[in-house]
Amino acid sequence: MALFDLRLQEIHNQLTSKELSVGELVDASYRRIAETDSSIQAFLTLNEDGARAAAAELDKQLQDGGERGLLFGLPAGIKDNIVTEGLLTTCASQFLRNYDPIYNATVVQKLSAAQSVTIGKLNMDEFAMGGSNENSSFYPTRNPWNTDYVPGGSSGGSAASVAAGQVYFSLGSDTGGSIRQPAAYCGIVGLKPTYGLVSRFGLVAFASSLDQIGPLTKNVEDSAYVLQAIAGYDGMDSTSANVEIPDYVSALSGDVKGLRIGVPKEYLGQGIDPKVKEAVLAALQQFESLGATWDEVSLPHTEYAVATYYLLASSEASSNLARFDGVRYGVRAEDPDSLIELYRKSRSQGFGDEVKRRIMLGTYALSSGYYDAFYLKAQKVRTLIKQDFDNVFQNYDIIVGPTAPTAAFRIGEQVGDPLTMYLNDICTIPVSLAGVPAISIPCGFADGLPVGLQIIGKAFDERTVLRAAHAFEQHTDHHKQRPQL
Amino acid sequence: MSITVKDVEHVANLARLELSEQEKEQFTGQLNAILKYAEKLNELDTDGVDPTSHVLPVTNVMRDDVVRDSVTLETALRNAPDEEDGQFKVPAVLE
Repeated sequence: MALFDLRLQEIHNQLTSKELSVGELVDASYRRIAETDSSIQAFLTLNEDGARAAAAELDKQLQDGGERGLLFGLPAGIKDNIVTEGLLTTCASQFLRNYDPIYNATVVQKLSAAQSVTIGKLNMDEFAMGGSNENSSFYPTRNPWNTDYVPGGSSGGSAASVAAGQVYFSLGSDTGGSIRQPAAYCGIVGLKPTYGLVSRFGLVAFASSLDQIGPLTKNVEDSAYVLQAIAGYDGMDSTSANVEIPDYVSALSGDVKGLRIGVPKEYLGQGIDPKVKEAVLAALQQFESLGATWDEVSLPHTEYAVATYYLLASSEASSNLARFDGVRYGVRAEDPDSLIELYRKSRSQGFGDEVKRRIMLGTYALSSGYYDAFYLKAQKVRTLIKQDFDNVFQNYDIIVGPTAPTAAFRIGEQVGDPLTMYLNDICTIPVSLAGVPAISIPCGFADGLPVGLQIIGKAFDERTVLRAAHAFEQHTDHHKQRPQL
Repeated sequence: MSITVKDVEHVANLARLELSEQEKEQFTGQLNAILKYAEKLNELDTDGVDPTSHVLPVTNVMRDDVVRDSVTLETALRNAPDEEDGQFKVPAVLE
């Protein structure tokens, strides 16, 4: 069994008994990257010197004894839109190709306190806009299960890297499905926490009312550990929630007897691949055999979610990305005649197609005369979508369905057709608009490619989401399948 | 409602983007397709529905007005494309 297939607790035991050192873990990580990353292309920047120095420090601590952090010694990858002091943070954009952050994101500080080791920065769709990683301005990440296929996105590097065994876990960000969809495509576990549970301070903003950081791992228990390490109120993020953080690991009882599951008919309707549907129905049967019950329910505004999302997220993005003006950081265009010219040329040269398209859409939706028709209308429909979830959660503990309507698609297959690409997110976007937590876990395969099961919970009820996911995992071996690389 | 190349030029100016002729054509077509899809929202009656700008019930988050450490001048300028005398330098705004 490969080292990174061990559970966190098993790694901890081996470190304690000195069968294993942090140095060996870090070596294994870089060795695997050397073996596989020329075909996967998950990493943008490696932190080799920093990681080895950190490992030496942790191994010394191991010799000396004393308290160990929750994620002690674990090699971690970080999505490249989360700022890391002194380690390039590009958002996979030419605009930020030289950006050397002057501070650490709160989640990076928390990982440091939990004593994981940062291996490097992971590829993504530029500024997290996309669902395939084809929008990286450097190179596309490839799916470890079949390198002709996309890994999903926008946290495609984060998902592929964990699936390929290059790092033990990674952090991604999710705005409309950007953790869950790549986790599904790559056959791993991806958790989008409740909006506000994890600080966004130091996450390069895309759509501030939707963005949320979360863990990508090989199993549910590890997801609970990483969430434990990164969750919590942060005075540096005014939108972070001031709630008490429960113990997530203790929620994993393996018991789902009496759990009431709602299955939205809209998520299993038109456009879903029959093989994905089959895997989801088999999963529901599994839950039933474990003592849970399920009924078909309705989230009637689902069909309006994608339009709502693209108007709101693009509007917020057009405002957030106004900061990239070429004045204080980033790549400035050469020899501008005037300040306006400096802005225009730097932005036009620095942003890729999808980013420009969304800035254009958002600027239009917010512009004078169109604000009420598009932006305000979308905010109102968002309320209706959120109410759909509130209604179902009055009678059900969790909502279960597919993470995405299909398995991964071929690289290049959907380029040039933004609307089709957007519809891949039909099952994840409504959840983001409602702000509630959801996890994607492996539940089978369609033509050799992984299928993800999405488990959605009530706001701040990650414990129930994790408990259900963990119980399912205990009785299936989908999460133990590994790609041949 | 359909947008024209002229609309695209206007929006690009607002967004401080300079588009090539080819980009203008491409975005006109794509934005029209996306906005046409977005018109689907008009099927819904939203009279009397409050807009959701944010899912958490937080407003006006305050903190104590206390002096805290800030970054040094050198650190703040670390990523400056151009600088002079400890300031970010840009082309002249006034003649």
